[in-house]
Amino acid sequence: MAPIGTLHYLVVAAALFILGVIGVLTRRNVVIVLMSIELILNAVNLNLVAFSRLWGLHGQVFAIFVITDAAAEAAVGLGILIAFFRNKETVNVDEVDLLKW
Amino acid sequence: MLDYITSYLSSNTTPGQAGNVFWALVYIMIVFGGVSVAVMAMNWLERKALAHFQIRLGPMRVGPHGLLQPIADAIKLMTKEDIIPAEADKFVFWIAPLIILCASFAVYIVVPFGPTHAITDLNIGILFMLGVSSLSVLGVVMAGWASNSHYPLIGALRSSAQMVSYEVAMGMAVVSAVLMTSLHGIGPYGVGVGTSGTGTLSMIGIVQAQQEQHVWFLFKFFPLGFIAFGIFAIAMVAETNRAPFDLPEAESELTAGFHTEYSGLRWSLFMLGEYAAMIAVSSIAVTLWLGGWFRPFPNTLTGDTWDLVFSLFPGLTFLALAAIAFVGVRRMPKHPYFRVQTIGLAGFGAVLGLIGLILFVPPVRDRIQDIFWFVAKVAGFMYLYIWYRATFPRYRFDQLMKVGWKVLLPIGIGVLILTAILGVVL
Amino acid sequence: MQQVVQPGMQPVATTFFFYFLSGLTLLSGVFVIIRKNPVHSALALIFGLLAQAGLYLMLYAPFVAGVQIILYAGGIMVLFLFVIMLVNIERSQREEQFNKQWVVGLLAAVALGALFVVVYVKGKALFPYRIAQPIESSNTQQIGVMLYGQYMFAFEIASLLLLVAIIGAVVMAKKRI
Repeated sequence: MAPIGTLHYLVVAAALFILGVIGVLTRRNVVIVLMSIELILNAVNLNLVAFSRLWGLHGQVFAIFVITDAAAEAAVGLGILIAFFRNKETVNVDEVDLLKW
Repeated sequence: MLDYITSYLSSNTTPGQAGNVFWALVYIMIVFGGVSVAVMAMNWLERKALAHFQIRLGPMRVGPHGLLQPIADAIKLMTKEDIIPAEADKFVFWIAPLIILCASFAVYIVVPFGPTHAITDLNIGILFMLGVSSLSVLGVVMAGWASNSHYPLIGALRSSAQMVSYEVAMGMAVVSAVLMTSLHGIGPYGVGVGTSGTGTLSMIGIVQAQQEQHVWFLFKFFPLGFIAFGIFAIAMVAETNRAPFDLPEAESELTAGFHTEYSGLRWSLFMLGEYAAMIAVSSIAVTLWLGGWFRPFPNTLTGDTWDLVFSLFPGLTFLALAAIAFVGVRRMPKHPYFRVQTIGLAGFGAVLGLIGLILFVPPVRDRIQDIFWFVAKVAGFMYLYIWYRATFPRYRFDQLMKVGWKVLLPIGIGVLILTAILGVVL
Repeated sequence: MQQVVQPGMQPVATTFFFYFLSGLTLLSGVFVIIRKNPVHSALALIFGLLAQAGLYLMLYAPFVAGVQIILYAGGIMVLFLFVIMLVNIERSQREEQFNKQWVVGLLAAVALGALFVVVYVKGKALFPYRIAQPIESSNTQQIGVMLYGQYMFAFEIASLLLLVAIIGAVVMAKKRI
């Protein structure tokens, strides 16, 4: 087997990214869509840290910022979800259509 | 193969750093066994000490003075019927105690029993301990959710809110202790010239920083280290859901909270996880503020004679325990029904005395020093936990959250800022 | 292709751990998007995040691994579990789980995958197998120096962002504004 190089980690990150994209585009439950967004962010982080092993610590610092942003975004997103749930009693993405004509 | 095993013995690092898988596994098994025995001893000590605080005797029947009570409890729990509530989510119900157990035990990888007596020494030691012990919140939430019943759900929500709140205060206290590791000076107010030094997050590094600065971080920058230690001591009691912060699992309030629906061996996993978490956070406190594995007064009472005196302490401790056991033997009633218990207690005393005598032998005496002082300090904390439980009334939940956010967190931030200012200005 | 030889039994262990951890991550990603019950998805995501922390350790990034365990697995996922408990209604688990445009979504994801394959095959020369070995024992210190030196402005902006998120979440979840 070839020794584990950077390409291996990039392939794993790409596969995680695609799984997250499938989750965002195809699921109905808003909470699971938010969790798929976390998967996407994690894939990006893995990519950053894999490259930082070759080219210096900047990738790791940026990965820390991405994790911080993910926390903030999850908090706000879930707050929106709770506000919406209080209005309409559903967690279905297809029913977020109050502004549709 | 054989010199893979023996090559480690001549190195002076931890097995994890030396990359030696065999010795790492040996250390893991020793630590795991030691923690399990400590949990059982803690169970017995809690019942006896609580009882004596309340002027009663506690378990006396099962072994001499109840010494076999933890074993009897274990057998009872293992043979109880395993009840799962109807319509409970079986997979999550099964995995919740495992998550708490794994989170509580995985912390022991970095606990430093001595300068080379740890399983490994991660660069991010203290961060790892805080992070992995915060994973037990997930187990609590899942246990309450999967039980599909009101009391566990409310207990789990309260317990997890409490644990998350006090983790923040713990973090602040830990950061102010880690700040002190980057100084170079000697003594409580010494800062050292050109202190742009890098501190360290590794557990062994923190204790060695205390050694270099010749002071326990408890006394560093005098009130500040003490206040940080106080914040951590209070927050760690709340973090492990122990009295006086045990509203989520108090029997009179919530019928045992998030582990109401668990019976038999599953409940014992919760108890095991809780005691293991107590010992783990106590060892964080000992490492960060109380000087880890160093004997008391390593710098004021120096010299070979004082070293010899302090190295006799392990043996003397066990001999004192053996003497207490023999006093107990003398006070046993002289009735034939008590013969087995008398013989058992005498045998236990003899075993303790034998261990004490072995600890006087010079080769053992040199090696056991660090481990003994570390374990003695952690044992002091365990006794404090039991003392708190016997003495303080329980906090109501809103008072609990108020203390966590409105009292401990501002004081923690204040201590952090003052430590940073003193570290730069002095 | 040069490889720095590492002490001990590491060459075999590295391969095994890489495949084990990345398999665990991908498997948990699949479970996140497949399961009906959001609690099971959250549990799978927790395992995936912990496996990813292991991958970061293999990439000589212990501080990022520690931050991942504390913040992601121990913070964000607790938040998710709380909200799932608040909004979980049994009715949503008996409904259709995949939405009306799942075919288009799947095709888009496949197209993205094809794009990735093209990029990696054409650009393979840029991702060398060379395994650099950054020093691990001072990783935290170096990240600290960079965070408070070069990236100070971004650090302050991140703290401001967190403040905005706190205020936003509190306002959004209130009953009466």
